[in-house]
Amino acid sequence: MAQQLVNAIWLGSVYSLFALGYALVFSVLGVLNLAHSAVFMWGAWIGLIVVTEIGQPLWVAIPAAMIGSGLISYALERTAFAPLRARNAPRISQLISSIGASFFLVSLAQLVFGTNPERFPIGIIATDPILIGATAETAATIRIAPIQIIVLIVAVVLMALLNILIARTRLGQRMRAVAFNQRTAALLGINVNAIYTITFFLAGALAGAAGVLYALAYNQITPFIGETIALKGLTVIVLGGLGNIQGALVGGFVVAGLEVFSVAAGGSNYREAIVFALLFVILLVRPQGLIGQKEQTRA
Amino acid sequence: MNTFGVKIMMHKRTRWIVGLAAAALLVTPALAQDMPAMESLMGTDVRETCADPANLPETVNVGSILTLSGGASVFGVSQQNGIRLAVDEINNSGFLGEGTTLNVIFEDSTSVNEQAIAAMTKLVEEDQVVAVIGPTLSREAFSANPIAQDAGVTVLGVSNTAAGITDMGDFVFRNSLPEASVIPGTVAGAVAGLGIESAAIIYANDDDFTVSGADVFRESLEANGVTVVGEETYATGDADFNAQLTNMIAQNPDAIAISALAVEAVQIITQARALGYEGTLMGGNGLNSPAVLEQTGVDSEGLIVGAAWNIASPNELSVAFTAAFENEYEIRPDQFAAQAYTGAWMIASAIRCADSVDRTAVRDALLGLTDLQTPLGVFNFDADRNPIHDPVVQVNVEGAFSVLGAE
Repeated sequence: MAQQLVNAIWLGSVYSLFALGYALVFSVLGVLNLAHSAVFMWGAWIGLIVVTEIGQPLWVAIPAAMIGSGLISYALERTAFAPLRARNAPRISQLISSIGASFFLVSLAQLVFGTNPERFPIGIIATDPILIGATAETAATIRIAPIQIIVLIVAVVLMALLNILIARTRLGQRMRAVAFNQRTAALLGINVNAIYTITFFLAGALAGAAGVLYALAYNQITPFIGETIALKGLTVIVLGGLGNIQGALVGGFVVAGLEVFSVAAGGSNYREAIVFALLFVILLVRPQGLIGQKEQTRA
Repeated sequence: MNTFGVKIMMHKRTRWIVGLAAAALLVTPALAQDMPAMESLMGTDVRETCADPANLPETVNVGSILTLSGGASVFGVSQQNGIRLAVDEINNSGFLGEGTTLNVIFEDSTSVNEQAIAAMTKLVEEDQVVAVIGPTLSREAFSANPIAQDAGVTVLGVSNTAAGITDMGDFVFRNSLPEASVIPGTVAGAVAGLGIESAAIIYANDDDFTVSGADVFRESLEANGVTVVGEETYATGDADFNAQLTNMIAQNPDAIAISALAVEAVQIITQARALGYEGTLMGGNGLNSPAVLEQTGVDSEGLIVGAAWNIASPNELSVAFTAAFENEYEIRPDQFAAQAYTGAWMIASAIRCADSVDRTAVRDALLGLTDLQTPLGVFNFDADRNPIHDPVVQVNVEGAFSVLGAE
C-alpha cells in the first residue's frame, strides 16, 4: 500500500502541473484553452530535441521546453484568442477556436516529427532506485526511482513559484484584478492585454515542463501524448473548481489517487469508470468543485 | 564573373545529364536481354506443381494494408520490407510468367481501425485488387475484413493472431499462428525450463488481440499447474502501469504474463523492473520484435516470447530469406517481416496456380496450396483457413532472441 501511495503522488504531481495551466487561463480569461494538451506535447518534443539533437543536459532541456512552449502558447493567444476577443465573440467561439488550434498543433507535430514513438536516450537519468524499509531478510517495501523524485521536486517547485507569483507579487495582483473584472482592471490602468499575454506564456511554460516530465517518466513521445492527459486535466480542474489554482493542485492528486487506489483495490477494469463517475457526481452535486468558491469571488 | 560561373555550372550539369541518359540507353536493353530470370529458392515447389501461367495480364494488382505509422508502426514497417523483398524476388524470377509483374499497392492504416476500413474500401472498389495482404492488427482486421468478404476478395492476414479472425468468412485467411497455437507452447516451455509455480497476467481489456491472448495465457497456465495469483487490465494508450504492477508484485508471482502490444509492453517491462520485480516475464506475439528488446535494454533480459518464427531457424528457406533481407535493408528481419514475406509469396503462388486474376479462382488456389515450403516451415491451411506449422519458444539472451533450451 505504501508503494501505491508513492505511485499516486508522482502521477498526481504530473496531473497537477498540467492542470495548473488550464486553471490559470480559465481563471484569468474565463475560457477553457483546449489546445493546452497540444502545447504540453510540443513541450515534450522540444525537451527531446534539446537533449538528442543539441546534446544539452536535462537541466537545460526543461527551461528550454518551458520557454518554447510558453512562446507557442503566446502565439496561440495572438492567433486563436485575441482576434475573437477583439470582436467581442462569445466565449464558446474561443473554446471552438482552441480546439482548431489543437488540431493544427498536433498535425504540425505529425508532419515535423512523424508518428513513430521516440524516447529519451537510455541513461539520461540514473535508474538505481532508492529503497526504503529494506532489511537483511526482507526486500524493500518502497522503491522510489530517481525520476520520480525529479518529477516531484520540479512539479512542487513550479507550483510553489506560481502560487507566490499570484499571491505575493504586483503582477499576480494585476492578474487577479483582471480575473475579477476585466473592465474595472482596465479602468484602473492595468494593461489587460499584457496580462493575457503573460498568463498564456505562464500556462504554456507549465505545460512544457509537464510535457518533459511526463515524457521522461514514461519515456515515450508521440504527437498524441496530449490526448489522454487532456481529459484527465479537465477532470482535475472541474474537481478542483474551474479556475481555482489551489483546486487544480489538490484535484491532480485526488484524480491520481483515485486511479491508483481503484487499481490497488482490485478494480483495474474500472479505473477510468471510477474517475469519470466522480466527475459526473461532482458536476451534479457540487458544480463549483471540491474547494471551489462562488462565481463572484473567484480569482 | 558571376554570369560566367553560372554558365560553367550549367554546362557541366547538362553534360552530366546527357552522359547519364546515353549510358542508360546503352545499358538498359542489354541488361534486359542478357539477364536470365533469377531463380529464387522460395517458390521452387510451386514452380513444379503449377505450370507457368499464360493468361495473366501485364500487371497484377494486390493490396496491402499495414500500420506504417502510429502506435503499431514497428510492425507495419517491418512487414512492408518483407513484402517488398518478396515482390522483387517474384518479379525478378518471372514467377508469374513472361511479361507479368506483381504490383503491391500499400495503404497506411495509421494503426487506426477507421483508416483500415477506408483503405480496404479503396483497394477493393477503386483499385480492383485481386487480393489483400494485412491489415496488421487483429482489431483492424475485424473492422476491415468484412468489406473484402462482401466483395469476394481474398484477405490474407500476416500478423492477425486473435481468435476468430477467419470466422469472418470464407475469403479470410491468415498465415500467422494464432495466440491459441503459440502461447500454450510458450507456457509449457517456460514452466518446464524455469519451474514456474505462480503467475500474474496483465493485458489491455479494449483490444481483441490482447484479450484473447490473456484468455489463452490463463488457460495454459492453469493447464500446466500454475496458480494465477493476479490479473490486471489497462486501456490501450496508457503509459502508467505502476499501480497494476505494484498490485501484482505484492502477490509475489514467479512469472508475469504480458498480453500487450509493443508500445505498452516496453513500458510494462521497464516499470516492472523499476518496481523491483525479478521474476520471469513472458509475452505473446506483440512482444516478438527486436525493437521491444532494444528499447527495454537489460530490463528484458530473460524475457520469454513464443513465436511463429525465429531468426536462428536452420530451415534453408529461412536462412536464404534472412540473408536476402539483411543484404537489402542492412537490418535483421523479425517475425513480422518473415510472415509478410511468406504471405506475399503465398498470394503470388495462388495467382500462379490459378493462372487467373479472377478473385474466386485465386481464393480457391490459395486454399489448394498444401505442404508449402516456407521460411516458417512446412505450411498448410486447416479447414478454417488458419495456419498449421510448428511454433518456437524464444528467450532474450543479451539483447537478442534465441531458442529456449538451445544454448
